[in-house]
Amino acid sequence: MSPVNYVYLAALLFTIGAAGVLIRRNAIVVFMCIELMLNAANLTLIAFSRIHGNLDGQIMAFFVMVVAAAEVVVGLAIIVMMYRSRHSASVDDASLMKL
Amino acid sequence: MSAVATAGTVPSLWTLAAEPLEAPKIEYGQLSPVIIVLGVAVLGILLEAFLPRRVRYGAQLVVTALGLVSAFAAVLGLAVTGHATTKRAVVGMGALAVDGPTLFLQGTILLVGLVSVFVFAERRLEPKSQTAHVDSFAAQPAAVPGGEGEREANAAGWTTTEVYPLLLFAVGGMLLFPAANDLLTLFIALEVFSLPLYLLCALARRRRLLSQESAVKYFLLGAFSSAFLLFGAALIYGYAGTFAYSGIARVIGNADRQTTAVLAETAGSDALLLIGGALVVMGLLFKVGAVPFHMWTPDVYQGAPTPVTGFMAAATKVAAFGALLRLLYVALEGLRWDWRPVMWGVAIVTMIAGAVIAITQTDVKRLLAYSSIAHAGFLLAGVIATEGRGVSSVLFYLGAYSFVTLGAFAVITLVRDAGGEATHLSKWAGLGRRSPLLATAFSVFLLAFAGIPATSGFIGKFAVFAAAAEGGATPLVVVGVIASAIAAFFYIRVMVLMFFSEPKADGPTVAVPSVWTTSAIAIGVVVTLVLGVFPQYFLDLASQAGVFVR
Repeated sequence: MSPVNYVYLAALLFTIGAAGVLIRRNAIVVFMCIELMLNAANLTLIAFSRIHGNLDGQIMAFFVMVVAAAEVVVGLAIIVMMYRSRHSASVDDASLMKL
Repeated sequence: MSAVATAGTVPSLWTLAAEPLEAPKIEYGQLSPVIIVLGVAVLGILLEAFLPRRVRYGAQLVVTALGLVSAFAAVLGLAVTGHATTKRAVVGMGALAVDGPTLFLQGTILLVGLVSVFVFAERRLEPKSQTAHVDSFAAQPAAVPGGEGEREANAAGWTTTEVYPLLLFAVGGMLLFPAANDLLTLFIALEVFSLPLYLLCALARRRRLLSQESAVKYFLLGAFSSAFLLFGAALIYGYAGTFAYSGIARVIGNADRQTTAVLAETAGSDALLLIGGALVVMGLLFKVGAVPFHMWTPDVYQGAPTPVTGFMAAATKVAAFGALLRLLYVALEGLRWDWRPVMWGVAIVTMIAGAVIAITQTDVKRLLAYSSIAHAGFLLAGVIATEGRGVSSVLFYLGAYSFVTLGAFAVITLVRDAGGEATHLSKWAGLGRRSPLLATAFSVFLLAFAGIPATSGFIGKFAVFAAAAEGGATPLVVVGVIASAIAAFFYIRVMVLMFFSEPKADGPTVAVPSVWTTSAIAIGVVVTLVLGVFPQYFLDLASQAGVFVR
């Protein structure tokens, strides 16, 4: 199968993730959608790495995985902190500063 | 891409293993500012783990300040020995560029970091707990606001001294960001400085719900935008087959295109390049706070602890504009006629929206947030101008703007009432009668924001607009001047409120700060006036620094 199809698949996954961030209201689900976007980018990188025949893309994918893990640590800490003080993880409830 | 599709033309990755592996060559001297800052940050974490609680504050403060000073000395050393001009170089196996803009911005970021440490270190403003002086960061960030754990931590006089290592990690990432010379380093540096900032936003001692809310918003939107940046980087890699800025520029300029059949195929598709470039620029415009990616700015600036807001507002802008300039001028130079119209539009919308929405604000931190959006628009006008004049005017503007911002937020930490900082504008009425010195300092910063002559803001704005006009963007300059006039209205309004209205009986008190905040505000005022009255030396410095290594 042509590796280009993986790029199309990745673009589809990225779009699903971006739509999820905009539509879903639970902070954890929004965060999972962001992770889906990062993994779609990883799939793109690996597909293009195969197409171009160099390893740059695969190395970048490793870095992205590490960054995603670090982001989970920071992000879940922040979301759990918000949940503990409000008993809700809905991003709509976080509106104390709305004008 | 049909040629790519057939299995025979897909190059095998296994042949690469036959080449002998070469050890990477790292130029430790040129990278020393970054290495010092990140090394000291790791040391700070170790201090946090092993020192008893009561000595942590002093130890962290000394170590952090010394680290930032020695990193600044390293930057100065590199600049004096000609690494900004004649010995410009791409170092770290092509990952980082050490040249004029890099060193100028690294020096600015380190000074901003140092002055921010002064504001972070202030312990005179909050009421003393039973045992110790406390600063404006939460006693125990993990404790539920208003709960038993928080009460105990407050009574014990704990403070979050982790803020100093977090600040250093953020500064380290910011030093890398304008130096990033490939898309991989760009993404990593972005995350390295963003993650500590998300955490710092959540650490306020007072109004913790607001602070946590700002952290959630900043984190979700920041991660969303960095995912866009990453996907854009992946698409550009698909187009050019490399992450290096120079390689991308060569493929865009049609120099390398014919070397391999695959590259001829992918580089023939401009869709990859245009979509990828747009997504990467979008990620950077988010960090800069340009309209339409500005929605996070007011909420995060308002909710975050004020010392953090000052640091974030000043240093993030410096780092992100540095990265944006290098990306547009080194990697996407060949696309200039595609990105210029887009940047025109973004600059105009940013200037107008920032200035107009700021008029309706009633909270001084939100007011400064919208003012920072308008300033991002002015800076974008300089980005559009040509390389050379445009780049050096943006460098000067960033240096001038960052100290004004730091000083202004340092003043905000001092105006307080029983509930903490009194940020509502109505409470600032008559401040000039009650505390003339502080109100005068704040007025200097407001005049600099407005771009009144004899302040650094005027020289910066003049340099940026002159460069933009020279680069053929005269309509942009006209819009910029109109936006400046609108913005001047609300800056002057705050001054009128402070000096020409009666103080209220239940108004806020101006806390007497220790030498830390006093010196931060004094440095802000001095830099603002010196850059406004004797700008020539610094303008020369910026214009010498205005050329990128390729």
